[in-house]
Amino acid sequence: MNRKLFRWIVLFLLMAISHALPAQQVVTFENPETKQRYENLLENLRCLVCQNQALSDSNAGLANDLRVEVERMLRQGESDQQVVDFLVDRYGDFVLYDPPLKTSTYLLWFAPLLLLILFSVSMITYFRHQKTIMTEPPLDCKQRARAADLLNDVDQ
Amino acid sequence: MIPEFGNFALVMALGIALVQSIVPLVGAVQNNSRMMAVAVPAARLQFVCVAISFLCLTISFIQNDFSVLYVAKNSNSLLPLHYRISAVWGSHEGSLLLWALILSGWTIAVSIFKKSLPLTLSSRVLAILGIISVGFLLFLLLTSNPFLRLFPAAAEGNDLNPLLQDPGLIFHPPILYMGYVGLAVPFAFAIAALLQGRIDASWTRWSRPWALVAWIFLTLGIALGSWWAYYELGWGGWWFWDPVENASFMPWLVTTALLHSLAVTEQRNTFKAWTLLLSIFGFSLSLLGTFLVRSGVLVSVHAFATDPARGVFILIFLAFVIGSALFLYAWRASAIISLGRFSALSRETLLLINNVLLLVACATILVGTLYPLFMDAMQLGKISVGPPYFDKVFAPLMLLLVFVLGFGPMTHWRKDTFKNLINRLLKSALISALLGMAFVLLIFGPAPLLTTLAVVLGVWVIASSLATFKNHLGKDKPLDRLRLLPLAYFGMLVAHIGVGVFIIGVTLVSTYEQSETVRLAVGESYTLANRRFELADLTSVQGPNYNAEQATIKIFRGDHLVSTQFPEKRFYHSSSQPMTEAGIDAGLFRDFYISLGEPQQGNAWTMRLNYKPFVRWIWLGALLMAFGGLLAVLDRRYRKKQEGAN
Repeated sequence: MNRKLFRWIVLFLLMAISHALPAQQVVTFENPETKQRYENLLENLRCLVCQNQALSDSNAGLANDLRVEVERMLRQGESDQQVVDFLVDRYGDFVLYDPPLKTSTYLLWFAPLLLLILFSVSMITYFRHQKTIMTEPPLDCKQRARAADLLNDVDQ
Repeated sequence: MIPEFGNFALVMALGIALVQSIVPLVGAVQNNSRMMAVAVPAARLQFVCVAISFLCLTISFIQNDFSVLYVAKNSNSLLPLHYRISAVWGSHEGSLLLWALILSGWTIAVSIFKKSLPLTLSSRVLAILGIISVGFLLFLLLTSNPFLRLFPAAAEGNDLNPLLQDPGLIFHPPILYMGYVGLAVPFAFAIAALLQGRIDASWTRWSRPWALVAWIFLTLGIALGSWWAYYELGWGGWWFWDPVENASFMPWLVTTALLHSLAVTEQRNTFKAWTLLLSIFGFSLSLLGTFLVRSGVLVSVHAFATDPARGVFILIFLAFVIGSALFLYAWRASAIISLGRFSALSRETLLLINNVLLLVACATILVGTLYPLFMDAMQLGKISVGPPYFDKVFAPLMLLLVFVLGFGPMTHWRKDTFKNLINRLLKSALISALLGMAFVLLIFGPAPLLTTLAVVLGVWVIASSLATFKNHLGKDKPLDRLRLLPLAYFGMLVAHIGVGVFIIGVTLVSTYEQSETVRLAVGESYTLANRRFELADLTSVQGPNYNAEQATIKIFRGDHLVSTQFPEKRFYHSSSQPMTEAGIDAGLFRDFYISLGEPQQGNAWTMRLNYKPFVRWIWLGALLMAFGGLLAVLDRRYRKKQEGAN
């Protein structure tokens, strides 16, 4: 088979797999609070082999394993932070949908604030500036001729 | 033969588009009306050629011509006819052909409705649309030709992605593209205005309805996509902050800003240069979205690097269009003088705040979408930017926006005072605060602060809109005043109420949704959110190109049967992985959403049960916004212009 075609098909299959199956394992905790933590964690962790899916939504094999891992850690009474640290240790920040605040992400996290300040200031200065230069623009030749015509009409 | 004919028509279209873009522009410079007059017939001929080409591809799909590579990849002889037709835009090449078709469709619409435009302006607009057509036709022919043959022909097609075998796919892409591509028209108007160096009140009157129509389609397209994802992807999410979604949301935000800026330009003769810049941004973002989605750069920077032809082409085209537009803007915008003055507290200022907030929101999404690519390209490590980030940065901006929105329509143009404003709005502010809090408290009980605040702000938008309406009617002869109110005014009211409805929906569903994954055998039941879900039966169902396992689930409230749902797990013949068809008991105030998981021993299945309060309000809000837009387009002042010219 045509190699490119083959690649397309594989890609297409991968995409279809990663979208088609919401994760459906029955997991029960005695404590409803732990259950809530479990679900929150899964929603904010990324499936590493899928296109763009949270662990809670993915049915890939690796996602399954990681869910079991998270479940095990929570049962052992480890905190959310410990679970997250463990996964980041293993897979890097890529696994977090909520990017951590560090030097390389300062720009990301402060972007909205910086943009807000930047846009506001530039808007204010622009319109202030416009206000000061704004006077009635003088009539150009054509307009002046037309005004003269109109006046003539009135006179007649 | 038919594919070759389609290919030929595409080449013809390219030639005609070249004429359409060059001759009228030269004519406009030389003030040669015969050259400018070429624009209209060229635009129409180009449309005919692209339409023929599109038709040829459609025929190839209908006839199951698997000697065409694109058909072989995306269709199958068992595929039902309506999906064979929608499969035309089911993948890259065909969806670009649809892009080109819609673009030439918009061009022909401009050529029909342009009667009242001066010849120089209209021929410039058509020529600029022609240049964009040239870019996309070249892109199709050079990198993404849908008519490529496959030798020897495949015996059977590979089938359309099962996800896309859904009525949603028939409508979602064309409608979204109508919006995406429609932004080319205000863009072309802006460039034409910059070329001629001035805009007057009539320019806004021509440009505004086009921006509105594109915005309506964009709104509907995004809402439809969200609704489709909700019921088809099987886990009941309605927005994922996926880069592809962001690519359509960014132009929407900027176009929303543009509509408001256009309103100021039309009413107050100010914000002119700003309006032009927003028109340029809107279409630039829709091109950028096309680049992000089509180049593969989003999947990974490396996927882009291994097959760069498409990405590089769009990138060059993108740089050319945006670069020359911004260059033109920098060169000519200073010639465009805005006359209207306004003070620090005025409707102009509030609309300016609206614009700033919408643009910051858009720029934030852009940063969030591109940051992982930037980090990866700079080898700073791989990160993910997902829903938690977007929710955190987006929610405050939007809440601020809707807070300001409540004041906007009630504030006077040019100059207003805080005292008057408070007089006019104090009642609605108090009512919405009380009503919002009571609403949450009565239905859901004690709520988190942010939830209450968001609901109150949603109610505030609705209440202040109604208060503005009442204020407009006045105390004496309200009916006479009602008749005098322009349709566009009602459009604004409806759209703003839509924003309120949307905010309430989003807030309530994200705070109070419940879900549970359970294992049920036939006869067993599980209770979630005061409803008992009983698995009554399991059957096998045969579809045209799939087999399915179907569950019968009865939903009880107490002993009363509320609804019976039939969620399915489908196994398409052509692909090995199953698809989930959710069972949804939909209602204005809540959905119950059931999706099947996996079969278990003992005639049982795992399944996910979801309770989604007020989820419909999200799409209801979007529909109201679009309907408001429609009312505004139908306003008499845009039609009168046309009639007057005829």
